[in-house]
Amino acid sequence: MKSIAELEKIQRESLTKVNIRRIKQGKNTIGSEESFNTEDGVRSHVLVCAGTGCTSSKSLEILKKLEKEIEKYNLKDEIKIVKTGCFGFCEAGPIIVVYPEGTFYSHIKVEDVEKITEEHLLNGNIVKDLLFKGSIKEDEIVPINEVDFYKKQKRMALRNCGLINPEDVKEYIALDGYKALAKALSEMTPEEVIEEVKNSGLRGRGGGGFPTGLKWGFTANAVDDEKYVACNADEGDPGAFMDRSILEGDPHSLIEAMAIAGYAVGAELGYVYVRAEYPIAVERLQIAIDQAREIELLGKNIFGTDFNFDMEIRLGAGAFVCGEETALINSIEGKRGMPRPRPPFPANKGIFNKPTLLNNVETYANVPEIILKGAEWFANIGTERSKGTKVFALGGKINNTGLLEVPMGTTLRDVIYEVGGGIPKNKDFKAVQTGGPSGGCIPSDYLDTAIDYDNLIELGSMMGSGGMIVMDEDNCMVDIARFFLDFTVEESCGKCTPCREGTKRMLELLDKITSGEGEMEDIDKLESLANTIKSSSLCGLGQTAPNPVLSTLKYFRHEYEAHVKEKTCPAGNCQDLLTYFITDGCKGCTLCAKACPVNAISGKTKTQHIINTEICIKCGACMEKCPFDAIIKK
Amino acid sequence: MDKSYLSDENFKKLDKLIQSNKERKGALMPVLHEAQHIFGCLSLEVQQRISEKMKIPLSEIYGVVTFYSQFTLQPKGKYTIGVCLGTACYVRGSQAIIDKISEITGVEVGKTSKDGKFTLEATRCIGACGLAPVISINDEVYGKLTPDDIPGILEKY
Ligand SMILES: Cc1cc2nc3c(=O)[nH]c(=O)nc-3n(C[C@H](O)[C@H](O)[C@H](O)COP(=O)(O)O)c2cc1C
Ligand code: SF4
Ligand code: FES
Repeated sequence: MKSIAELEKIQRESLTKVNIRRIKQGKNTIGSEESFNTEDGVRSHVLVCAGTGCTSSKSLEILKKLEKEIEKYNLKDEIKIVKTGCFGFCEAGPIIVVYPEGTFYSHIKVEDVEKITEEHLLNGNIVKDLLFKGSIKEDEIVPINEVDFYKKQKRMALRNCGLINPEDVKEYIALDGYKALAKALSEMTPEEVIEEVKNSGLRGRGGGGFPTGLKWGFTANAVDDEKYVACNADEGDPGAFMDRSILEGDPHSLIEAMAIAGYAVGAELGYVYVRAEYPIAVERLQIAIDQAREIELLGKNIFGTDFNFDMEIRLGAGAFVCGEETALINSIEGKRGMPRPRPPFPANKGIFNKPTLLNNVETYANVPEIILKGAEWFANIGTERSKGTKVFALGGKINNTGLLEVPMGTTLRDVIYEVGGGIPKNKDFKAVQTGGPSGGCIPSDYLDTAIDYDNLIELGSMMGSGGMIVMDEDNCMVDIARFFLDFTVEESCGKCTPCREGTKRMLELLDKITSGEGEMEDIDKLESLANTIKSSSLCGLGQTAPNPVLSTLKYFRHEYEAHVKEKTCPAGNCQDLLTYFITDGCKGCTLCAKACPVNAISGKTKTQHIINTEICIKCGACMEKCPFDAIIKK
Repeated sequence: MDKSYLSDENFKKLDKLIQSNKERKGALMPVLHEAQHIFGCLSLEVQQRISEKMKIPLSEIYGVVTFYSQFTLQPKGKYTIGVCLGTACYVRGSQAIIDKISEITGVEVGKTSKDGKFTLEATRCIGACGLAPVISINDEVYGKLTPDDIPGILEKY
């Protein structure tokens, strides 16, 4: 693209393509009233989620069926089908949203498509039984953005996810896409761009929370003939998928941001390191890169300036430690993905020993908005020391599993109960785990904590990349700590001893405790080992690996002690410490006795049966079979 | 073991692949990914050829291949069953799922069945946490599972 006028022209032409979707979203920040014109004759857009979650519950088949139906009724000129990225509300998937009404259909099956086409698209009557339950409020049908899950959110990094077709650059341009790049290249010096990012207060979303503007400044100041910008899309925290959703739902925002970063620090090539487990994300990002090249938003002399920039995708190969910045750099160079000692920092010696700027996907996704709307606008959102919003992947024992984005400073309680819809089956909340394998468990006493980088660290956890796993009374905290440690033991790269050996010893101790063999001194050993590993490991993996154990020891020490002293698991989770019982709900149907592989159950027909705990191997087969729920474990 | 994947045709593809990556900096990882795609695995024979053509010591290539869990030295079964042991799935009971699959197929985690039909793997989060617990069989994903669903699913294969 040779000029900004060209971009503006495409925007004007493309706006009509997406306006039908903008009206309800209230995204009327640009253009005059008149620019809300919609495409001639098109009266409806049907958005179908094609994120990884919905795809795996057959949304692509739904899409095909929809296309067939539209064909059948000859509606092609009136109704447009749009394949989008993740809406974030994967629990409700597969999702279909119909604009301009903003009708939110959830849990759609292929068989439902006919009904939606006939009743809604053809006759204009919303199909009430297929609506997302929460979109009926006081007998009125509300649009998707007023559903509780979305209402409390502020979507900045996810601004376009689930709203545009990620495979069409024009839809991105329609919603101000590449305007920030145009502004940076035409109105700002690289120093001004960096200053803007600094003043916004943006901090790294990949885990550490390092001030982004500072990092840009360091890389800009490094002197060398070549520099690189890189994006960390390795997203290793099991349970987090915000980066994937941005790549799948709005890949151009990353491309635009990396180009801006390239301009600011003086780099002409950007590497995106994506984990190989994300095929859809890789495919969409590649499509986006190709489209950007085609209209010369990547390449030589962008917007007719002397700035050149291009991008390349590199795939990971299933090593969590490659999310660590220096390991990632080794991996891009084609080496074993082991961390390097720092300093030198990547800003001075990064990829191929050249100064390298590395940021996380979500960090980058915020940049275009900051450049376009200004640092002050961004800094007004959030808390004193954590600005903007944060995306969380809410999972575990929670009603609304999914991705959500809230302003920094929102309380844990609001996220879990307002947006997340609380805990299923009326169970009691026990703890929330943030920060993945590097983070910790936060108990109910701290539910009113305002979420920001520093508050979470103070509680012995951390922001991490934004995984948030809710646990209820049935989750054993010792077992959860064991689970995360199991993860680190497997993912430790083995370079340094405290992490390689220390985490193994910790895991052994936890195994001993959960199997009922633990002694009180094991708990002390665990604690002192944890502190040693924390202070003596080379990289962040080892330094944070003990956090799940330390935080559960801090808040749930009584559970550890119950495992050791009373040889019981209070949550009824650790198999070795459980005993199976038959209650007086037993009708004597004998199914359990037949199911038991070791004949541990005895009793006459039509009288209550008994389990001989000496023989019982705790396989649970009886419990599965019992039609009266009369078998319990405790 | 069946070595038919080491065909001349595949080696020709590999040579071409390496040729087209000549100019690329840090090309080893992308080449390994593609090579695994071509051969189905990165056995020593494959690594040897990459070593010769790219002029990288075999020891270094072996080091890289064995470091990353996605690279495999042996060909996999016809169907790879991946059971997600990510946090969300674990919390919602994926261990019971994996046990059930093991029980039915007789394959241990990380192993391939004798007839080469199934490979069973415990995977990290595959990003479908909303559907926890999930398994994947090749590219097909099954979600919201209980151990009782397993026999029905395996029957399809
Ligand atoms: C073991 C380990 C794993 C990490 N995994 C990731 C990851 O998956 N994604 C990510 O963006 N950052 C990850 N990080 C943080 C990166 O090292 C780095 O700080 C970050 O990518 C910088 O970008 P930011 O400043 O924009 O957050 C990880 C760090 C460690 C120690
Ligand atoms: S702390 Fe662990 S992961 Fe990090 S370098 Fe040491 S052994 Fe490797
Ligand atoms: S994948 Fe469809 S809502 Fe997340």
